Amino acid sequence: MTGFVVRRIGFYTFVAVVLAFFALPLLWLVTAPFTDTPTYEVKVPDFTPANFQAIVEHPYALGSLVNSIILAVGTAALVVLFASLAAYALSRVRLPGRDALLYALLLLSSIITGTAAMVPLFQLAVTVGLIDSQLGLILILTGGLLPAAIFMLKDFMDSTPKSYEESARVFGASPLQIVGHIVVPLVRPGLATIAVWALANVWGNFLMPYLLLSDVEKQPAAVIMYTLYTEGGQPNLRLLSTFGLLYSIPVVLMYLFVSKKYGFRFHGGIKR
Amino acid sequence: MAAIELRGLTKVYPGGVTALDSLDLVIPDGEFFALLGPSGCGKTTLLRTIAGLETATAGSIRIGDRDVTGLQPGARDVAMVFQDYALFPHMDVTDNIAYPLRIKKVARAVRAQKAREVGERLGLEKLMDRRPGQLSGGQQQRVALARVMATQAQAFLFDEPLSNLDARLRLEARTFLKKLQRELGVTTVFVTHDQAEALAMADRMAVMENGHIRQIGTPAEVFQRPANTFVASFIGSTPMNLLDGVVRGDTLEVAGCRVPVPETAAGRLADGEKIVYGVRPEYLSYAAEGPIAGKVVLVESLGASYLVTLEVGEDLVQVTVPEGREPELGEAGCAVPRPDRALVYRDGELV
Amino acid sequence: MSTDAAGLGRVRASAFVAPALILIAVFLVFPALWVVLLGVTNYRLTGLAAADPEFVGLDNFVSALTDGRFLDSTWLTVQFVLGSAVIGQAILGFTLAKVLHGRVKRFVEGLVILAWILPSAVVSFLWIALLDRDSGTLNTLLGIPGFPWLLDHPMLSIIVFNTWRGTAFSMMLYGAALGNVPPSHLESARLAGANGWQQLRDVIFPHIRGHILTNLLLISLWTFNDFTPFLLTAGGPDGKSEILAVHVYKVALQGGELGYGAAVSTVILLINLVVAVFYLRLLREQR
Ligand SMILES: Nc1ncnc2c1ncn2[C@@H]1O[C@H](COP(=O)(O)OP(=O)(O)OP(=O)(O)O)[C@@H](O)[C@H]1O
Ligand SMILES: [Mg+2]
Repeated sequence: MTGFVVRRIGFYTFVAVVLAFFALPLLWLVTAPFTDTPTYEVKVPDFTPANFQAIVEHPYALGSLVNSIILAVGTAALVVLFASLAAYALSRVRLPGRDALLYALLLLSSIITGTAAMVPLFQLAVTVGLIDSQLGLILILTGGLLPAAIFMLKDFMDSTPKSYEESARVFGASPLQIVGHIVVPLVRPGLATIAVWALANVWGNFLMPYLLLSDVEKQPAAVIMYTLYTEGGQPNLRLLSTFGLLYSIPVVLMYLFVSKKYGFRFHGGIKR
Repeated sequence: MAAIELRGLTKVYPGGVTALDSLDLVIPDGEFFALLGPSGCGKTTLLRTIAGLETATAGSIRIGDRDVTGLQPGARDVAMVFQDYALFPHMDVTDNIAYPLRIKKVARAVRAQKAREVGERLGLEKLMDRRPGQLSGGQQQRVALARVMATQAQAFLFDEPLSNLDARLRLEARTFLKKLQRELGVTTVFVTHDQAEALAMADRMAVMENGHIRQIGTPAEVFQRPANTFVASFIGSTPMNLLDGVVRGDTLEVAGCRVPVPETAAGRLADGEKIVYGVRPEYLSYAAEGPIAGKVVLVESLGASYLVTLEVGEDLVQVTVPEGREPELGEAGCAVPRPDRALVYRDGELV
Repeated sequence: MSTDAAGLGRVRASAFVAPALILIAVFLVFPALWVVLLGVTNYRLTGLAAADPEFVGLDNFVSALTDGRFLDSTWLTVQFVLGSAVIGQAILGFTLAKVLHGRVKRFVEGLVILAWILPSAVVSFLWIALLDRDSGTLNTLLGIPGFPWLLDHPMLSIIVFNTWRGTAFSMMLYGAALGNVPPSHLESARLAGANGWQQLRDVIFPHIRGHILTNLLLISLWTFNDFTPFLLTAGGPDGKSEILAVHVYKVALQGGELGYGAAVSTVILLINLVVAVFYLRLLREQR
């Protein structure tokens, strides 16, 4: 009996500590934006809209959110398009060297990271004039995400039965018709997963835009966060906290949407 | 509608498996033709090669007056029902049935009209807005048939279309399919590994083994006069008795007994020749006196009749006995063959 | 071949694969090869060597491997990976997956996942606020205003930070793995009188060994290549939290020594390669 009580107390203490550990850092994000002249301190907010006003008036803040959207949507669209074409062909046609290619893709996706490749990517961008180009950055980000995306999508395509396509083929559908009428609708959940994964990845990416975009007009929110300083060189907490909140809301919404629609299925290695 | 003609058709898979070995087969226009054989004998491969989903390694395929060997599946003018039906899960019944017409660029309104007509003919009118996932197995099967009908193809190819149905539905679907094929008169090739299905439905049938056709004929021919011991042992709900024997003058010595040479083989056997004597349990009767004498070792119920196993020397002989006349276990009894139904095989082939 | 269900044919299939392969080749493979090549030059961002880089052989590698700063940085990275990934994320993630259930579980999981999905620029700032010496929440709670966490304990700070940040992945992976342990095995162990620890050791761990391996190797790779700590401490003070990812950035892009930076990057690539191949081997043995 007492053992049970002790264990219950232990369990709830553990839960309380974990809750505190994970919740404490987040408190500031939900209080400071609504506080007049916030400090690092967590205070009961006075619900002023002034900080949001300041963000609206900031020359780059809202523009950077738009930039983030351009980068994330552009990259996700390219990743989904190219990865699905490649994954479909690799899943359905035994191209020469296919298995070696897949193995190489798997390796590439895990070993070549922004950290290891930052120097040459920077140089490459400078050399071919892709520095300060959003399109260039989108292509670079796409190249980085493609191997893992192809790998995950191929798994998905392998598990959809081939008889649908064969059936359409006997009815006389051309390969492109088969892809458009049959394959894309069938693997739509897989495409959505990859799209969300790519969106989240680019939305949070700091290093690549930080290296490759120096024009503030083009920088995404992740980089603009680090320019929100006062004239005195101190972090401008009003802008920082409010902007951080605005910048976070889309990913939270996307997470809620995904977990509701697809039950947040677990895909090993989906985020890095 | 068109006849299907296969000449020397061979299919070797990349792994080296020879799934079809130089097959010759002619299926006349309008025939309902069944392909039967054990698992892995190449039935599906044959069907897929006719459809063009597999390219033939050698040989030719003609449908009607065209050589289609090198054509894409869509250009061969055949329609196929897959074992899992392959109904597109993201389209409703109307769109599924109309899909072949969509490929032929028929206008949307015309397609819907045509799909409704075909659907009504198969009793699907209340289900036209449902997705395949919301249909029972029998309903899905009918949608698959409707889709095939909508193509107005020269030939239908069915790969075990009934095997996903439960026993009762399967009987219903059998009758339905047969009736439909009669009405449409489309040449139909039907794969099954349920021999009752083949015997009941087909105009003619082929029994395959290891990429070869072992016998072609009407169901009655195949059942009554299997051309070789493989077909003999494969066809029939109870396997045929196949007993080793030797020719002794105008009798056969089988399992230590003497039986008369069957009518079918009279005058074609040489004295002292080794043969296999075959007779179905249905064509043997059980009596107190008879040429094949033995002891009852097993009595199994088949419902309206009993299957009695006699031990004759070292061999076992099975006899069907009408209900109410079944013998006691251990009783001595005899089997009497019907002379016009007993068969003799030499080197595995019918004499 | 029946796998070509749509009748694509090799030509069209190759056309489907080509755009992806070209992008990967240009923006992933080429940089990786380039980094190896750069590693043997004295290329600099500015100055004389920028115009006319020279071949210097293995000099960069030699100076990296004998440079105290590089070796310190490697040692700090090892601490960072062991502390935050192996000990922090994996153990906390497993514990959460094991002990939580019901409504408590859903609530705690929500928070843990939130820490994982927020952008790194935001969470690093949240931690700067949390750890601020004068008015940060932590010091207020502990009643030690003025304690400079990021200056006095930079490594501890980024290790705890990364544990907070990445536990969600391990928690979800172990959650999925534990769901696959057959209850009958646990029940028979309990009937045999096994206590909690014995059940873990004899039933659960053998069952989820594959998952544990996958998890450890993935989170190690990610943590090893993580740049986010830069946003908290910028490697400081005095290089005391300069893990390899930050080190490369500082020498190559801030210091302008691209050749030397590339040599360090090559070392990172090699370590990644070894870990990844090791991982794929283990995965294959599992099957
Ligand atoms: N894609 C393939 N690649 C290599 N071998 C194959 C392939 N498909 C079938 N085979 C082989 O070809 C032979 C014939 O297979 P098939 O599917 O035609 O048999 P089946 O008569 O339809 O059998 P079942 O009654 O089990 O459906 C088998 O030995 C099979 O292993
Ligand atoms: Mg088959």
